[in-house]
Amino acid sequence: MKRERPDVLIRLREELRAFLGGEQDALEERMTEGQVRPAAREAAAPDIEYRLMMENEALEAKRIAARLHEHNRREVSRAGRIVYCALCVMVCLMMITLLLYTMANLPAFGSADHPINNEVSARYIEKGLQETGAVNIVTGMILDYRAFDTLGESSVLFTAAMVVMLLLRMDADSQAYSPLARYVRRSQHADTFYEPHQDMIMQKTAKVLVPIVLLLGIYVVLNGHLSPGGGFSGGAIMGAALMIYVTAYGFDSIRRFFTYKTYQRIVLVALLTYAFSKCYSFYTGANGIHSVIPLGTPGAILSSGLILVLNICVGFIVTCTMYAFYAVFRKGEL
Amino acid sequence: MAFVQNFPFFCILLTLICAVVTSVLKGAAARRMTLFVILAVTVMTACVMGYTLATGESYVYLMGHFPAPWGNEIRAGVLETVTMLLFCFVMLFSFVGGLSRSVREIESSKYNIYCILVDLTLLSLLALVYTNDLFTAYVFIEINTIAAAGLVMIRQNGASLVAGVRYLIMNLLGSSLFLIGIVLLYTVTGHLLMANLQESVAALAATGQYRVPLVVTVALMSVGLAMKSALFPFDKWLPGAYSNSTPTGSAVLSSLVSKGYIFLLVKVYVRVIGFDVIVSLGICDVLFVCGAVGMVMGSLSAMRAKTTRMMVAYSSVAQIGYIFMAIGMGTEAGLVCALWHMLAHAATKSMLFIATSTLDEASGGTHLRRDLRGGFYRCPLPALAFTLGAVNLVGVPLCSVFITKVMMAEAAIGVGGRHMIVALVVLAISTVLNASYFLGTAVQLFIPQRGEQAAGTRFGSLTAISLIGFIALNLLLGLAPGGILAALTSGLAQFA
Repeated sequence: MKRERPDVLIRLREELRAFLGGEQDALEERMTEGQVRPAAREAAAPDIEYRLMMENEALEAKRIAARLHEHNRREVSRAGRIVYCALCVMVCLMMITLLLYTMANLPAFGSADHPINNEVSARYIEKGLQETGAVNIVTGMILDYRAFDTLGESSVLFTAAMVVMLLLRMDADSQAYSPLARYVRRSQHADTFYEPHQDMIMQKTAKVLVPIVLLLGIYVVLNGHLSPGGGFSGGAIMGAALMIYVTAYGFDSIRRFFTYKTYQRIVLVALLTYAFSKCYSFYTGANGIHSVIPLGTPGAILSSGLILVLNICVGFIVTCTMYAFYAVFRKGEL
Repeated sequence: MAFVQNFPFFCILLTLICAVVTSVLKGAAARRMTLFVILAVTVMTACVMGYTLATGESYVYLMGHFPAPWGNEIRAGVLETVTMLLFCFVMLFSFVGGLSRSVREIESSKYNIYCILVDLTLLSLLALVYTNDLFTAYVFIEINTIAAAGLVMIRQNGASLVAGVRYLIMNLLGSSLFLIGIVLLYTVTGHLLMANLQESVAALAATGQYRVPLVVTVALMSVGLAMKSALFPFDKWLPGAYSNSTPTGSAVLSSLVSKGYIFLLVKVYVRVIGFDVIVSLGICDVLFVCGAVGMVMGSLSAMRAKTTRMMVAYSSVAQIGYIFMAIGMGTEAGLVCALWHMLAHAATKSMLFIATSTLDEASGGTHLRRDLRGGFYRCPLPALAFTLGAVNLVGVPLCSVFITKVMMAEAAIGVGGRHMIVALVVLAISTVLNASYFLGTAVQLFIPQRGEQAAGTRFGSLTAISLIGFIALNLLLGLAPGGILAALTSGLAQFA
């Protein structure tokens, strides 16, 4: 393990030398010719060199950490480590045995007299369509019967997004981060060091793929109350489309229409819409006031009351969160 | 339906909406928004408490158009509202007390995220306290865990990141055990609503059907929640997490986050499984032993701690031990004692964290215990608050923890046998240990430093307000426990 790292570095250095000196075989040269203009190559070179330097430093830091770790390990005796490992394995085995034994004692899966076949699921199945207006019973359950849980679930996503932003989003002026991290955030090419810049195959594929994937995502969201799918799955698909786009065209392109501000505004509007519409429905429900929201004709696209609106909100939240996670993990900024 | 009955629902939605709005606010606006939320929730909770005390019974509130087993509902009774009101006060004072420090210690562009995390912690506490549905409880456990992990890591230095990762791993393990427990329980009963679960579990316990899954469920849920509230063998994440956050973060984590889980555990025991079933399954004895060992081990670690923050953090392990030992008695008196100590510890520990951080800062910011000497002359109010907290945790008469100790001893005598001997011996040992490190530190505060005497150090008026609030809260708990104890007892009776 220890020996491999320097090898990687040496290879990287060789690759850089080859890249800068233009020492490529004919095929490779032809491949990159159309993609990277000489000017772009020159622009990228200092980035890569700097990155290499930083990696060297990071490696040094890792070596120090490894030495420190080795030092700390000496504190625990070999016997202590063996006992610890043995205990870990034993606890895991005990847990596995316990859970398997419990599984064997559970009611048989799919049997007619299974305890979960009670009045709760019966009403969902028999009256779900009539009461929620959603053909997809699962959507009716999560967005109407048990909407409070799903509101909580969306807040989980929001909470997670906030904590990820706290940890990974870098303040441009802050000195608190390592030079490498700040460099990756600032420079254009440092996060795509191992990939070709502006790859043509990637871009052509993305050009075809992104609209289709986006459309599929929108379809899944809008049809959430009619067919399998909904805000969570559709949002994940749309988020994937954004990720493909940014991988192919780079952050400069996506920032023309999607920045941190956009992200904040979309999530704000979507979550507020969600919260206020649920405020209305919870308040009317609990106080026995008749809700004015029509359920519509089951099966029509504009039906099932608030479910469609909620699905769209959840879809937006999930899309933005997925993409934001990808961006901050990769670059520390949207 | 009376309008005031809507208030728990308003509280939950208001905190959520304000947390979302805070995500686009900056610095001072975010701070004001959070302060407004906490104040509003406190006032509304006080109103609901007044209502439940006046009617003397609990009520359920539909969250939607569908009645309970199909839809979601929340439940508010005396026990829930009294607990929540105290949580709100602790939250308010902790937030106010740590304001000036938090502004300095958190990156300015991320200050609003800190406010959001405080909001979301309050949201999850509200939901955990009011929930009447096991799955809703799990959803808000998730929020609680993630928000608390964010609070641990808020300062973003090396130590807090390590502590945060450790916190996250242990707490996610706890959450997943709890979730497996819920799944097993749902499989054998077909319900998630607490009232229905209780009925089904009582039927299962009477017939002896599905005994193995039932025992495993109770064990998994207990271990999961014990892990999350740092019961003794699972306490290794606690000191780092509590001592590396900002003062507000430490106070909220130690006083509220872990208490939310304990409240949920009591809820699961009394309202879901039924306390008789729990006692018959023998889970209580395990909790009793772990709590007793924790009481001693926590204090021993606290004695060895070099920094004041670590000492206060480790003493939480001991105090959590008190709560679990009281639950482990397996009697109603024990449960009331556990609930009382949950409230008493919440009020005391948060005050200690705020006072300690102010004292530390006035004593050169080294956090070392020995540097606190003469702290009273540098900043009297935090020193008085620290002393009150220390005296309180040692269990001097007229203090809230003294009442815990008397109640626990009474409960132990009520149980009799080995429980009684163990409980009394451990109580005595724990009191001596507590006294040795807390009083030792408190006395140091009043010994004047040799040489030049530092003039009184200034600390923000907000910190002073929060400390006065904490002192008042603790004195109230210690001097006039009657009303609250009566409320806890009657609340527990409504609970089952």
